[in-house]
Amino acid sequence: MPQAFTSITSPAAPLMQANVDTDTIMPSREMRQVSKIGLKDGLFANWRYLNAAERVPNPDFVLNQPAYQQAQILLAGDNFGCGSSREFAVWALAEYGIRAIIAPSFGSIFFANCIRNGLLPIILPQGDIDTLAAHTPNPVTVDLQTQMISLDENKTFAFTIDETYRNMLLNGLDEIGLTEKNRAHITDFMATDQARRPWVYKQET
Amino acid sequence: MALTILDKIWSLHELPPPPQNNNVAKDNMPLILIDRIFLHERTGAIALQNLTERGLSIRTPEHVFCTMDHIVDTQPGRPQIARMPGGEVFIQALRKGAQQHGLTLFDIDSPYQGIVHVISPELAIVQPGLTLICPDSHTCTQGAFGALAWGVGSSETEHALVTKTLYLKKPPAMRVWLEGTCPQAVTAKDIMLWLIAEHGAAGAQGMVVEFAGPVVSAFDMEARMTLCNMAVEFGAFSALIAPDEKTFAWLKDRHYAPKGDNWAQALAHWQTLFSDEQAEFAVDMRVDVSQLKPMVSWGTSPEHAVPIDAPVPDIDKEASKQKAQQYIGVQSGQDMRQVPIDAAFIGSCTNSRLQDLRRAASILKGRKIADGVEAVCVPGSRAVKQAAEKEGLDKIFQAAGFAWHEAGCSMCFYVGGAGFAPGARVITSTNRNFEGRQGPAIKSHLASAETVAASAIAGYICAPDDLPADTEKRTP
Repeated sequence: MPQAFTSITSPAAPLMQANVDTDTIMPSREMRQVSKIGLKDGLFANWRYLNAAERVPNPDFVLNQPAYQQAQILLAGDNFGCGSSREFAVWALAEYGIRAIIAPSFGSIFFANCIRNGLLPIILPQGDIDTLAAHTPNPVTVDLQTQMISLDENKTFAFTIDETYRNMLLNGLDEIGLTEKNRAHITDFMATDQARRPWVYKQET
Repeated sequence: MALTILDKIWSLHELPPPPQNNNVAKDNMPLILIDRIFLHERTGAIALQNLTERGLSIRTPEHVFCTMDHIVDTQPGRPQIARMPGGEVFIQALRKGAQQHGLTLFDIDSPYQGIVHVISPELAIVQPGLTLICPDSHTCTQGAFGALAWGVGSSETEHALVTKTLYLKKPPAMRVWLEGTCPQAVTAKDIMLWLIAEHGAAGAQGMVVEFAGPVVSAFDMEARMTLCNMAVEFGAFSALIAPDEKTFAWLKDRHYAPKGDNWAQALAHWQTLFSDEQAEFAVDMRVDVSQLKPMVSWGTSPEHAVPIDAPVPDIDKEASKQKAQQYIGVQSGQDMRQVPIDAAFIGSCTNSRLQDLRRAASILKGRKIADGVEAVCVPGSRAVKQAAEKEGLDKIFQAAGFAWHEAGCSMCFYVGGAGFAPGARVITSTNRNFEGRQGPAIKSHLASAETVAASAIAGYICAPDDLPADTEKRTP
């Protein structure tokens, strides 16, 4: 069951580069177990370490800087999470402690994976993100109830998110459990569909 | 009302809203029926494992298929099980999950084994008008058959397995109309590299891209698959090509194709799956391919690509482009021709089917690859490999100096274990040139299978038509 997301306050770590792909977020080499946990040390491995095998930290990488080591918010560039569908990338981010990512755009599969894991992906215009980046490492508050990002009382940014996704995140919903409540409804639809497209339901070889 | 093919498929799969008395917090997000689910060991095993742990069962196991492709050893004879140290756990977990849940598994020794997006069409598992998901981002490849096929993560896979549905906001529709006379030297791969370079890696912005027009109609199914495969690198949600006589001819009599009366019924439905004349698209793009050239990537995103005879563009101040140049070791204004390569790879769900191998072989025939170049060819499936061997293509590849592998995803991406040398410059028929994708510090240059073959012979990045005279038909 994903953790519910209401509001967090944290420094926002700037990773302001376009097209950061999921191979970078979670190199395939780091996916060693059939598991959703045990991934946080592999997060951004090729950037985070001078020697990934020996885990020698790269002091220049943003998450290795003292101000950002505990960051729960990531500021990112266009098309963040593009590339491979590997949900391991989101599991690693969540396990590390990232709870929200703010970017001008996201890879669509990555975005969907975030929602399923209680990680809030926020789409914000580049200009607003630049303002947030200038503000760091001072803490930023992200409030999903009010859909506001605040630097302080005077400086706030509103963001939009689909009502359904907002609900899922606010309540830490188990998606399968919800849908199963409508099992009979789905069965009815399948019956109608089978009459219309019978060949889809017959598995012949 | 004029409908797109996406509209037609969507309307058949969107469930009506559930009864009001169900306090399901799903608001207005549509629920879509999922016809087929394809799993592989890398990201599918975890989904099955989670279902087992939660005591959940699969709604229609007969509509779920599994293959081993991502980390299987592809070295000749498969001396190991996995090419990744410790990777057997993924293979064992998929086997266990498939067995526990009663799923059809094309295991490593199966005659039907191969890369998901190569075998699904071979077996006619994908068919026009179906919704099909897989925890793999190149699932869009299968849209070439007029199916709505897209990549998802493991969690959404679990949801689809248990409920046979997914929540999905309907993506907008984009059309890319390809027209003009496609130059002989230009392949589907080159067209996509051009499109992504022109409009960016996020150019398709989560839309379903319909490829249409006379150039698409003239393409065979394999070329259409290459177009659709690269759509995700274009930022698309997925890709679609309306089925036609070529699609039906491909599917007929294949393993899972409808037979007899079912075939007639299916065909009648499939013939309705086209975008109406007046259908409107959120983005409608016409591309004249007549002036296009073979392409090659110069950076660390598929959007960093140029015609082989054009220089690396001037890099503006954009930090990621500078970083890409530094990583790959190229400079603004540099001529990509004559950039020496260390390795060449033909394989992947993008370009590893029979036509790719035939065309690459026609360039390699009677020639040898340059000294010092390590070259590998990985057919996309056991069936492709066997068909290629029947025509003697394997002998041509091997005589030229290529290693001829078993089927799998192989060196498309690095997982530890066997790979090209760290820091190598590789010309590759794959789909991603991200930093470190093919191995530590490895510099990947994306191209068509034909360009990979020509470059392997030349020893530097080279379009097939530019091979120098002295490489002509040397006696092997």
